[in-house]
Amino acid sequence: MGQDHSNDNAHEPGHSHAHHHDHTEPPADPVLRVKALESLLVEKGLVDPAAIDAIVETYETKVGPRNGAKVVARAWSDPAFKKHLLEDATAAISSMGYIGRQGEHMKVVENTHERHNMVVCTLCSCYPWTVLGLPPVWYKSAPYRARAVSDPKGVLAEFGTELPKGTKIKVWDSTSEMRFLVLPLRPKGTAGWNAERLEQLVTRNSMIGVELALRPDQIPVKSGGKA
Amino acid sequence: MDKDPGSVLGQPTKSEEVPLTLCKGLPDLPRDEDGPVFAEPWQAQAFALAVRLCDQGHFTWAEWVENFSAEIKRAQAAGDPDLGNTYYDHWLAVLEKIITDKGILQTPDLLSRKEQWRQAYLSTPHGKAVEL
Repeated sequence: MGQDHSNDNAHEPGHSHAHHHDHTEPPADPVLRVKALESLLVEKGLVDPAAIDAIVETYETKVGPRNGAKVVARAWSDPAFKKHLLEDATAAISSMGYIGRQGEHMKVVENTHERHNMVVCTLCSCYPWTVLGLPPVWYKSAPYRARAVSDPKGVLAEFGTELPKGTKIKVWDSTSEMRFLVLPLRPKGTAGWNAERLEQLVTRNSMIGVELALRPDQIPVKSGGKA
Repeated sequence: MDKDPGSVLGQPTKSEEVPLTLCKGLPDLPRDEDGPVFAEPWQAQAFALAVRLCDQGHFTWAEWVENFSAEIKRAQAAGDPDLGNTYYDHWLAVLEKIITDKGILQTPDLLSRKEQWRQAYLSTPHGKAVEL
């Protein structure tokens, strides 16, 4: 499967080309293939359309990278939670209500002044969906998957990320069983900030490790004033 | 995120001080912002179908990943530059493969159903809901 099926063009009886102005242009091949899959699975009772819609909505709007940002912000502001997170990320993250899919384990890797961590999946695109939502396009691309390993400094430079001289870079390769989340360094100038405020500094890219957490002066201004 | 929408494909978004020579000779690294990760609705539906079937125990996520990485390797060998924009094409191909391999659905049924949908579009006046 997956090849072009356009040779298969048996026409339904009764269809006439005479009224071609009175039709809807069929969508592209993948759309039809997904419709075929979904309608057959629904008919067999294997899939409930509402459940599909719910999954789409969850990953599109509810998860995003915000779950991960909450985890990081809490680790920055709650030493006991941070200890738990670094020792057993799967349990610590579940304790916040973010439950993984198929029993994959989470490991949180902490950035320090000596070591910067970056996450990749060289095989395909394993990604910690539970905390980061769906992966960005570049994460899924072959150049990132190859160069994160062969040239991590170059990749960081493309993201505009410069590390202090002498910082070591450690690249973590995800698998179906193990997903990684980077715990970025807490930015300077945030003493006394609570978790909610700190959360604004945590970007998706900082949790993949291609960027640093935002400085307080980099917090994006939302419509309606400063967040 | 109101960043410059032009800052894609290998251009650093916020780094005046990064010498451009560093990026020369390197393959393009697709970039995006925190925006939607599905380019089209079918991609979201294909994603959700795989997640749902896995949740229901029709296959494990490890099986999915094994098939998925094999599909990506196959596509790369066939000349796909694999820049992330074909990710859901691979996803859909693997979904079809795993569903037919497991006997959940049969390939001929998928093909004829696809054709039924095509015909349904062709026989539905423009602007009306397309139904089988």
